[in-house]
Amino acid sequence: MTHSFSTEELSEITKLKSQYPDAKAAIMPVLWMAQKKWEWLSEDVLRTVATVMELPYAHVLGVASFYTMYYKKPMGRHHVQVCTNVSCMLRGGAELYADVKGKLGVGHNQTTADGKYSLEEVECMGACGGAPMIAINEQFFENVNSAKVMTLIDACE
Amino acid sequence: MYTAPNIVLPQIKDLHQLKVYLANGGYEAYKTAIRSTADQVIDDVKKSGLRGRGGACFPTGLKWSFMPKGTDKPKYLAINGDESEPGSFKDRLIFEANPHQLIEGCLIAGYAMGISKVFIYIRGEYHAWVDMMQKALDDAYEAGLVGEGMKRTFNHDYSVEIVVHKGAGAYICGEETSLMNSLEGDRAYPRYKPPFPANKGLWGMPTTINNVETIATVPAIIAMGAEKYAAIGAPGHSGTILYGVSGHVNKPGVYELPTGTLLTEIIENVCGGVPGGKKIKAIIPGGSSMPPLRGDEIEGVKMDEESLKVLGTHIGTAGIMVMDEDTDIVAVTLRIARFYHHESCGQCTPCREGTGWMEKVLHRLDHHEATSSDIDLLYSVASNIEGNTVCALGEAAAWPVKGFIEKFRSEFEARCKPSRSFVSLNVVHGRRKSSDTLIETS
Repeated sequence: MTHSFSTEELSEITKLKSQYPDAKAAIMPVLWMAQKKWEWLSEDVLRTVATVMELPYAHVLGVASFYTMYYKKPMGRHHVQVCTNVSCMLRGGAELYADVKGKLGVGHNQTTADGKYSLEEVECMGACGGAPMIAINEQFFENVNSAKVMTLIDACE
Repeated sequence: MYTAPNIVLPQIKDLHQLKVYLANGGYEAYKTAIRSTADQVIDDVKKSGLRGRGGACFPTGLKWSFMPKGTDKPKYLAINGDESEPGSFKDRLIFEANPHQLIEGCLIAGYAMGISKVFIYIRGEYHAWVDMMQKALDDAYEAGLVGEGMKRTFNHDYSVEIVVHKGAGAYICGEETSLMNSLEGDRAYPRYKPPFPANKGLWGMPTTINNVETIATVPAIIAMGAEKYAAIGAPGHSGTILYGVSGHVNKPGVYELPTGTLLTEIIENVCGGVPGGKKIKAIIPGGSSMPPLRGDEIEGVKMDEESLKVLGTHIGTAGIMVMDEDTDIVAVTLRIARFYHHESCGQCTPCREGTGWMEKVLHRLDHHEATSSDIDLLYSVASNIEGNTVCALGEAAAWPVKGFIEKFRSEFEARCKPSRSFVSLNVVHGRRKSSDTLIETS
């Protein structure tokens, strides 16, 4: 395994495990830690997680593949998520998604060739009152329109 | 601090800060609670008429009373903040504007049921809100309001630990048994009930799962008294609710109002009506899984569970989605069906396969490639998912599809291919029940 956690991270993991009656429950926070550190969860990263969690690799892969927010392939530095669910759709979310798709030239769950952007058509993110909305990485942008989104995308470094 | 209707979200500036919350009588309700016995607290919650705000409207006090007493097993409380139902965005506001009331609610609920550990499960997309909740919790720990320190602070031998747990993008985790599997570190497949969580929940121990808003309401009930709370709103479903209004209204957002508020009042007066003065075609009253209401049905409709049940729908999470007269109902139904297909966990065949079939048939309808028998097929697929799955996602997927067909059948029929002429006998499919032939006119 080429990936490994630092000593500080390992003690953080020990702390996480102690929060739960059974250490296995720390798998989600540990996967979040791994994704933050290595950006996406490759097989090697999952094997590292399996080792520190003392769980079979198959179990770790099973959990990681259940959730959409654990990335199983490299994503762009700026992960653009456009909601097209009903509340956003009623206020132009689908058109917005088409515009962003056109601008970035990639489709759902694809990354631009330079690795700068990736695009995802997401399900409801719980910002229906600010529809249409997008998120870039962890940040929400509500009450947007096509022009605003284009500016936001251009402003990404 | 609590004056109706601002009970869960009092209109106080910076209430999310611990010092502001304390200055406004924060954590006083917990002090009141520990002066009575645990059973008295449960009785108070029963008397208040509080019903779960997560969708099922189950009486909270009754749920708490299911927890076994006199056992030395550890007991757990899980707070459901997965909030993934399209149209629901209320719990996010509690994490943001009033996290300490949720923590205080955890203490009171914990004391009432003898809970040793509380897990607050928040959906992964709410990165910033997970941090806000964690910050509030850290402050509470530091001030000795949670954990071992609370014994000294409140001069009482009860203490409870609280942990914030972040999800990672799965709608199904909002289902309580699925949430438990997710917390335990497994794939989040729902479990069979029985055994119910109160007997065998997290790690096989007695567990209660409550919605964020439900628990955040509890301190107010204790502070103001159960009778006073029960007098707010509609009989049979008392209190205030955070209505999340989205779609075609001028001022979408979350509004705290008493239960039983008129739907038209919410849309016209609170949310400023429909843009352009357009007519309303349809309304979903409680998040996308609830059957819709037609625009001509909403006059006089009260927003509480008992009133909506009569109309064949439910309050759900009180996420009201408003659709104006130009809305394409088939496209909306397709989008909803696509969501449930995407979010089906795949454990039960009727849901795993059925949600996909519904999406395919609706896709055909949306693209004018379907025949009128497809509408019946769609309805029959939906009916065969409903009630045949481990968890309620089956119903959540079937209800809106059935509801939209029942209320807007003409819109679906208008999407069907023009009628075909019967120019020859349908030999190949002679035993087919449908009157369709294989030969088309054009």
